[in-house]
Formats: sequence, structure tokens, C-alpha cells
Amino acid sequence: MIRVVLPYHLRNLARVDAELQLEVGGPVTVRSVLDALEARHPVLRGTIRDHVTLRRRPFVRFFACKEDLSLESPDAELPEAIVSGTEPFLIVGAMAGG
Amino acid sequence: MSKVRVLVGTKKGAFILTSDGKREQWDVNGPHFAGWEMYHLKGSPVDPSRIYASQTSGWFGQLIQRSDDGGKTWQPPGSNPEELKGPDGMPKGESNKFVYEGEVGTHKWYDGTQHPWEFKRIWHLEPSLTDPDTVYAGAEDAAIFKTVDGGKTWKELSGLRGAKGHLWQPGAGGMAVHTILLDSKNANRIFIAISAAGAFRTEDGGKTWKPVNRGLKSQYELPDPDAEVGHCVHRIAMHPSRPDVLFMQKHWDVMRTDNAGEQWREVSGNLPTDFGFPIDVHAHEPETIYVVPIKNDSEHFPPDGKLRVYRSRTGGNEWEALTKGLPQKDCYVNVLRDAMAVDSLEPCGVYFGTSGGQVYCSANSGDSWNPIVRDLPGVLSVEVQVLP
Repeated sequence: MIRVVLPYHLRNLARVDAELQLEVGGPVTVRSVLDALEARHPVLRGTIRDHVTLRRRPFVRFFACKEDLSLESPDAELPEAIVSGTEPFLIVGAMAGG
Repeated sequence: MSKVRVLVGTKKGAFILTSDGKREQWDVNGPHFAGWEMYHLKGSPVDPSRIYASQTSGWFGQLIQRSDDGGKTWQPPGSNPEELKGPDGMPKGESNKFVYEGEVGTHKWYDGTQHPWEFKRIWHLEPSLTDPDTVYAGAEDAAIFKTVDGGKTWKELSGLRGAKGHLWQPGAGGMAVHTILLDSKNANRIFIAISAAGAFRTEDGGKTWKPVNRGLKSQYELPDPDAEVGHCVHRIAMHPSRPDVLFMQKHWDVMRTDNAGEQWREVSGNLPTDFGFPIDVHAHEPETIYVVPIKNDSEHFPPDGKLRVYRSRTGGNEWEALTKGLPQKDCYVNVLRDAMAVDSLEPCGVYFGTSGGQVYCSANSGDSWNPIVRDLPGVLSVEVQVLP
């Protein structure tokens, strides 16, 4: 199971707790994790990545294992600690006041 | 006795204010969608329990919310479990999918260069006068979208961008369709306004659009002050009984047309300044209009620190200051274009919200005012419903 942590506003929107557990088929990548997340919670479609281009929204970041993976290819395999569920995959709202 | 429900969109959530027809004692409910920018909420004229809301964030983009019980509960349209799977088993969740039709094209940017159209948010939602499932949405970058399934899916009426869209440019707040006026006597006629492009009219339900800006003058904003498009129209307003008569608060100048926008004339008259954002029309007196003069385009607050609504009972030119109950010293708030509304009770109620978080109500057509609330987040929009 892949552990995913959502930011506060998206947790409220999806009506879920801070951490989710997702079954992801095939290689575990940013794309496959987000596909699984949106399949479970369609209300999140368009809030993390664009509906059409599937590009990450500019003020959303992806962190895992103390690394910023935001600029990595969405098809790159995620670290083994994410795949094994040892570490969570963090979806984060970029730091900005307001 | 009738009940009044005021829908307030703020920079950090939505609030619902309710009162009886006296409009003296108010209940304040909220925040709904706490922490999100709530650009606009509006109820269906044919089903007041049906309310649509534009929820947006710089981080997570656009969402549309819908209530079918007068604002008690909310859901993104089409998010009931049985509605969420498409025929191929993939998730739908398309109530926030606003995609421009065809070639996206470019518009003018602040520096005069061309810039590609990019969807940012929905500024204004205008429910149909006859069908609770049909709603028009005004977008930034400027476009109009329509849903006919209660907000589950949206389609752009792309003919609007064909009305010289390459010459439109953003104002300080962005380039958005912020006003949508539906003609109660002709279902195929719609007026919209864009900053900074001007006013536009369709006579065929949104397939084709025509700029209706003759008579507007933008001496310091455009190289050609009389240009067909490019004017920074802040708001237009109509009385439902007279859809050919429109009133406009432009960047500078208060204007009026008596022939559906074919020709405008200035009616700023004795206003202390003719800069401002909202304009509205009395519910029962089509020649009585309201504006809130703002000092100028560099200082967005009332002149002399005095918050004054101005009323004309002559359709413009002759204005009186309405001050009773409004702060007359040290007041430096703004009133945004979608933040004024009137109710249909007798006497007519007038409402407006400020950038400082106050929502004021006048239950006597503007003669005197009382704050309903004083300390909300900055108010982006105000709408009012009269309930049986």
C-alpha cells in the first residue's frame, strides 16, 4: 500500500484524514499514484494537476524521503521506501503566505 | 413574513446572512469553505434552494460547489458516488473542468505583447432565469462557459473570444468576464462585461457576440479613446423590466444606454469622483441607481475617508450622497464590483460588502444603513435572495 499525505484544504475537500492508503497497480510513479488517488477521490481532479495536460499545478509540490520530487518526471519510479509503504508520499501546497 | 438570505463571498470563505423581512436582526452562518477564495455565490431565481458557488485557490485551482438546500450542505456537482464513474470506469469529476474551445489564441498583456489565454478562475456565476440546471460562468482569462446539467460539465461559448479577443487586455485584477446579464424578455440575448475589453451582447444565445461600446471614452487607458474594444468596464446593471436600458460603472465614468448598448452617454453628473466598481438598480424604480465613488485608480478608497453610496433617482446626472449609518471619517475600504445587491422587498433593500469585511444593509432604499457584520475577511461578492 502506498501512503499519501494530502494538504489541509484537499483533505477537507476529499473528506479524508491526513494520510491515505492507496493500492497502485504496476510501477509506482507520481503519475500512477495520482491516477489511483483521483480514481478514489474524483473531486481532487484538477486540483493537483491540470485536467487536460496533467501537468502539476505550479503551487503544488511533491516530497518524499526528504527529497523534493516536484521536478522529476511523472513516470520516474518513486523511492523503494514509498513503494514499500515505509515512507509517505507528500502532496504539499507550496509555501506562500496569504 | 418574507425571509432574506444574503450570500457573501470573501477572500477566506463564504458566509450566509439571514433575516426576516424587517432586515434588522441577522444570523451569520459560516465560514463555508474556510480558507478558500469564494469569488461568487448565486441562487437560482426559479429554485432559491439551489445555490452555486465559485471556490478557488492559487494553490489548488477552481472548484464549483452546489447546494440544493439553501446553503446548509454543499457538494461539487456530479460527485455523488453513482455519478462518479464514466462508461470506461474512469473517474469523471468534471465540474471544475473549464477548457477553452479550439485554438486558444492570444490577448494583449500588460506590456503590450501578445499572451496566450490561460484559465485562472471563475469570477461570476449567473443561473438561468428559467432552468435551475442551466448556469453561465464568467471566467478569467475572459470567457463565458455554460452548464445545462447543474454544473457537472461546462462548455465554453467560444464565439465571445472571436469578438476581437486578441485586442483585450487584463486590468489590475486580471482579464475576466465579471458581469453576465440575462434578458428576461428575450432568452437569446445576454450582455457581458470584461475588464479590460468592454461590454458585449449576443442575440443568439451566445453563439456570436458583438462589442457594444460606442460612446465609451478611455482617454488615459487606450491609445484610441474611442476604440471598439479595450475599455475597462467595471460593472453593468439592468432593471429586469427594461432590458434595453443599461447602466455602467466604467474605470472612470458612469454611463447609460437606452438602446441595449448601441450608444452610451455619460451620466456621472455631480458625483465627487466617477471612478468606482459596483453599480446597481433599485428593484422597483428603474431610474434609481446606486454607485460607490472611489477616489481614483491609484487610491482605491472613498474620497476624504468618508464611505458614501450615491443614489440617483433620475437615471444618472443628479446624485445624492447617502451617509446615514456609514462611517464618515477614517474609512479607507473599497467596494468591489460584485459586492453590491438589491432585494425585491418593499421598501427595496440595498446591500454592499467592503474590502475591510463589513457588510452593510439598507432596508429603506439607501436612506440609512446598518452593518450586518463588521469583521469578515475582505468581501468579494454579495448577492441577496428573498424567500417566501
